[in-house]
Amino acid sequence: MALLEVEDLVVEFPTRHGRLVAVDGVSFSIEPGEVLGLVGESGTGKSLTGMAIIGLLEPPGRIARGSIRLEGQRIDDLPPEAMRRIRGRKIGAIFQDPLTALNPLLTIGRQLEETIRTHLELDARAARARAIELLREVGIPAPEQRIDAYPHELSGGMRQRVVIALALAAEPALVVADEPTTALDVSIQAQIVQLLKRLCREHRTAVLLVTHDMGMIAETADRVAVLYAGRLVELGPVEAVIRRPRHPYTQGLMGAIPRIGRRKGRLVQIEGAMPRLDAIPPGCAFHPRCPRAVDRCRRERPDFVGVGPAHRAACWRVEVEAVS
Amino acid sequence: MSAPPLVVVEGLARRFDVSRPWLARLLTREPRRFLQAVAGVDFAIPRGTTMALVGESGCGKSTVARMLVGLLRPSAGRILFDGTPLDPNAGRKALAPVRRRMQMIFQDPYASLDPRWRVEAIVAEPLDAFGLVASRAERRERVSELLRAVGLSPADGRKYPHEFSGGQRQRISIARALASRPDFLVCDEPTSALDVSVQAQILNLMQELQEQLGLTYLLISHNLAVVSVMADQVGVMYLGRIVELAPAAELFERPRHPYTRLLLDTVPDLEMRRRERAPVAGEVPSPIDPPPGCAFHPRCPWANGRCRAERPELQPVGPARVACHAVEEGRLAA
Repeated sequence: MALLEVEDLVVEFPTRHGRLVAVDGVSFSIEPGEVLGLVGESGTGKSLTGMAIIGLLEPPGRIARGSIRLEGQRIDDLPPEAMRRIRGRKIGAIFQDPLTALNPLLTIGRQLEETIRTHLELDARAARARAIELLREVGIPAPEQRIDAYPHELSGGMRQRVVIALALAAEPALVVADEPTTALDVSIQAQIVQLLKRLCREHRTAVLLVTHDMGMIAETADRVAVLYAGRLVELGPVEAVIRRPRHPYTQGLMGAIPRIGRRKGRLVQIEGAMPRLDAIPPGCAFHPRCPRAVDRCRRERPDFVGVGPAHRAACWRVEVEAVS
Repeated sequence: MSAPPLVVVEGLARRFDVSRPWLARLLTREPRRFLQAVAGVDFAIPRGTTMALVGESGCGKSTVARMLVGLLRPSAGRILFDGTPLDPNAGRKALAPVRRRMQMIFQDPYASLDPRWRVEAIVAEPLDAFGLVASRAERRERVSELLRAVGLSPADGRKYPHEFSGGQRQRISIARALASRPDFLVCDEPTSALDVSVQAQILNLMQELQEQLGLTYLLISHNLAVVSVMADQVGVMYLGRIVELAPAAELFERPRHPYTRLLLDTVPDLEMRRRERAPVAGEVPSPIDPPPGCAFHPRCPWANGRCRAERPELQPVGPARVACHAVEEGRLAA
């Protein structure tokens, strides 16, 4: 059984001018121990999907349709108190900015011990020992001393390590990591990615990795889901999607990424911009920017069809190719 | 190379006073403290080419950029523009003819455009500031031409910045920078606030404009992949100094300084070779108390006693220049 099953998820914002649909019919699942990358550009609904899963959608945003199941149990309709217990115990969260995720008034030890004791049956001494062990595990040097430090006394990279320790404190089955390295310098980013990968492998923790960074997906994820304008356009094993993307949007996106080893020169360019939520085109949302769009793309929303082993794409044109 | 370089920088340095207030210093008997943001940087940018400065936060790359366009005064060293040294003590009027020829594009297109100004006023500001247009009709004409050059429509001039996306705002910044017909553009992380597909549009636009107008660029970036598609020449900065300076193709093919190798190793591999990387230890130390000797030695796997004591200078190695004892002594194959 899949650890997490997201089925036809719709997240909307009611406004004076009608409903804005920010996540539109997204379905995917995550197996235990698997890393699923959820990738897309700003405003595609990738963070909202993550927030919906951990039950932290900010009103007026709301789940309008669909279901989210964790270990077979629905979690999208739980009362806030029940959801709070699941968050932390069964689902950990890592956000972009480690400063806002930590309480500046409490030592990192206090925060870790509190999280540990909320979710695990441990006394104060055992909790502190466990906190030190966690800090060591995430690579904080001299954890016996650092445990009494306040967040501002640590560098950005060290803070993000503490946030990871907090997310893993109760040994959750799933971690939702939303742009976990975006705020960090490149050499620190690589360290944090390696750490996250190693810990999740060792603890068999599944990860939903929300990011705009295809490079990070390539290094970390087992499978990848590509979002465009709130819709899933491609989902498949990471090697297949990155080496041979099938949806025209994914193809454009891969070509737009500058790479070392190609000489100075032009990048592949996707013309235009992503539509605003109040102006999503009919049919395939990508058709105005798509070089392969035909009449059908302008009228009908494409089905999510199989294009290879465990690889699907939402494109009318890809289906035509597969048949011929 | 017959034509002299457009921009030459010699021994450029800048330190900031980060002392506590006078009374606090007196009470705690603390000495003054300085942050050496840039500690003597030399390079030259040939006309019509792109020089990139790369490094992590705090390496001083943005400070160099700000000194070049006159937003910060150097503590030492000099800048030659088109063969003439810029005198930091010269008045606004005296410098205006040179300042017109150099412009800057900033990282954050949300912060660098005044939200209360219409786009046409933003783009026309350099025209007015340098007195480059004689009439309102000419001004309007020139603004339309600039907006078209960056892929916007002349009608966009009537709108306000909030009506545009991040990529379009960066186009507006570029139009404004081009208004005074500059030769030299300093671009400080011009695409790091943008999505990749928008980044590709802006980088392509910058290349097109460079070819059409013969522009010379100084590109400041932390993203080596961006640098590799844009630059002719790359300087890698670490704690206020250039540690490696090389033609771009050379630098990416044969990185020599251990820090350059480290940076290149952190670039995610989109070819999916799934290589296991040697984890890079450590973080950038504080520029207030930089390590003695080579500033990179605490993170360097090849460091020895000499590296901890003696600061390496840039030495020619093939077509590159590298500041590393290990490379110089042949302990590390160049």
